[in-house]
Amino acid sequence: MFRLKNMRKSTKSNLVTFGIVIGFYIVIQILSALGLLTSSLSGQLVPICSYVILAVSLNLTVGILGELSLGHAGFMSVGAFSGTIVWTTLYGQVPNWLGLLLSFVVGGVVAGLFGFIVGVPVLRLSGDYLAIVTLAFGEIIKNVMNACYLGYDSTGLHLSFKDAASMNMDPTGTMIINGAMGITGIKKASTFTIGIVLVILTLLVILNLINSRAGRAIESIRDNEIAARSVGINITKYKLMAFITSAVFAGIAGVLYSLNYSSLVAKKFDYNTSILILVFVVLGGIGNIRGSVIAAALLTVLPELLRAVNDYRMLIYAIVLIVVMIFSQSPQVVAWRKRILDGIRSRMKPGPKAKEVQ
Amino acid sequence: MDKILSASDVYDRMMSCPHYSGAVAIVLRFEVYYRMQFLSYLINGISLGSVYALIALGYTMVYGIAKMLNFAHGDVIMIGSYVVFFTFGSFGWNPAVAIILSMIVCTVLGVLVERVAYRPLREAPSLAVLITAIGVSYLLQQVAQLLWTSNPKSFPSVVANSSIFKPLQLFNGQLTISAETIVTILACIVIMVALLYFINHTPAGHAMQAVSEDRGAAQLMGVNVNATISLTFAIGSALAAVAGALLCSSYPTLQPTTGAMPGIKAFVAAVFGGIGSIPGAFLGGVLLGVIENLSKAYISTQLSDAIVFLVLIVVLLVKPTGLLGKKVNVKV
Repeated sequence: MFRLKNMRKSTKSNLVTFGIVIGFYIVIQILSALGLLTSSLSGQLVPICSYVILAVSLNLTVGILGELSLGHAGFMSVGAFSGTIVWTTLYGQVPNWLGLLLSFVVGGVVAGLFGFIVGVPVLRLSGDYLAIVTLAFGEIIKNVMNACYLGYDSTGLHLSFKDAASMNMDPTGTMIINGAMGITGIKKASTFTIGIVLVILTLLVILNLINSRAGRAIESIRDNEIAARSVGINITKYKLMAFITSAVFAGIAGVLYSLNYSSLVAKKFDYNTSILILVFVVLGGIGNIRGSVIAAALLTVLPELLRAVNDYRMLIYAIVLIVVMIFSQSPQVVAWRKRILDGIRSRMKPGPKAKEVQ
Repeated sequence: MDKILSASDVYDRMMSCPHYSGAVAIVLRFEVYYRMQFLSYLINGISLGSVYALIALGYTMVYGIAKMLNFAHGDVIMIGSYVVFFTFGSFGWNPAVAIILSMIVCTVLGVLVERVAYRPLREAPSLAVLITAIGVSYLLQQVAQLLWTSNPKSFPSVVANSSIFKPLQLFNGQLTISAETIVTILACIVIMVALLYFINHTPAGHAMQAVSEDRGAAQLMGVNVNATISLTFAIGSALAAVAGALLCSSYPTLQPTTGAMPGIKAFVAAVFGGIGSIPGAFLGGVLLGVIENLSKAYISTQLSDAIVFLVLIVVLLVKPTGLLGKKVNVKV
């Protein structure tokens, strides 16, 4: 018998998260059927899903593993480019659903591979180094993709990092990546339904990972690496597991994002995008997956609704980052907050001691 | 050398040359030209590297003493550059006065940021501090953007009309070293020496070393830890102001994001040289500047940043403590 009462707390909490996502989907579908959806909002639906996936996956690194990654946009970029290449080359040659599936798989796998390449050397080092190396990785990817010319003709693939002319490609050949112009003429394929399916898939994998034995190992590394090591947890393995999972979903989100537009440029996936995702994670609550989902969705829609504050948006984000961190993490402020709250509580009703006397 | 010769030009001229000696002379001229070009890239690289070194000093001192990565350091440079831009560029003040004012503004800013944003988090996990620092970095950029818009400003060179520093001509004018380059390298060396003297031979410097070694023990010995950390931020930020003025004199576009990339590269330099080590910051900065300039010249302009960051990853792989860094054993 299916009983809510006997369910584990984590399962219950996860169901609420899924409920929110599915509820959101249903509401949007109803609104869309009634014709109440503004065009600017419906244009934001796929990016919302994409940012939700990114925020959830980054939260795995930041919140659960406790390491800061500043190159999430880099993984997104790698996934987006590889997935889009697969999509555009296969377009018309295989059924669309297969092409789409393959592009998501390839995008995820390639991003995961890069996660492995970046993660192996760096995860052995402590904290701040990972942040700076992931940042460096993001910049490398942006620069390399920006200078990358890729195309094919009858003689095979041509690649150059200088300009289109030095590719020595046949004029009849097809250009795939055109340097800073990126990939153009992408057949749009992402829909809101695909986005929601991917969000649910991401949540399924990541929530299950967190509540599994591996997830507890990862959390133990975050809480005390030395203690975790001393009870026989393989630090590198679990760190890599979290980091690569995070990269894979960033790649998938990248494919979802890029297939929503007709062109894809490397500049889109810069440091600012990484920070934006970090803002979602911090605002939603570090380590709180449901919070990431809500924060990513709200903060993607809000600027569209509040055009007036758009100039100040990033300024507000910056202040929010600082204030949230000081408010939630500073020992003095936490103690002060507790004192105030206790003061309010004791004023509202007689304290527990008074009750005991009665 | 009158004109740039390509390899095929040289070959053609050699073939058309009636005498053997004439052909040799052309080859020699060709060689000299490229050697001069290389030398000029190298010197510009050292100059850029000196700026990185100045910025890296701020990173490495703060990292050594407060054990935090001050992401906002690069943006302090940007603010300093704007101060110089307005006082020297727009109001036409004496460049020395402008730079000193910029140093004062940056010092106040650096100490203020430490006091408001970092000090409450001193006992917090490093992740929280890092995110706060990113927030501060973003805040400074956004404030600059709102105040001065994101339009790039053309920065006037602080040594352009100087009577003391003149461009240097070497090898019968085949090699010109700009006044900016000379000033940058000189400033970096002077500051390096002064800083080393300060750290090793003054009470405040000793206090800094003590705090960096063991904060708790230093406090027990009567060192004022808060004041020492503030002093570190003050020195780092003042150096950032100098670095900003020099950087923008050589690369004259100023916009709110100007400080971000040099800031990150300077951090790479600090890691390269061994974080926490002052000579390491110098060495790392200069090497990084040279690597960047040479790869810009001989490999690819677009990929030079990627190459710089690749250096960081390779260094971390091969020698995580950097070139001059000390190995610290973590005890449980």
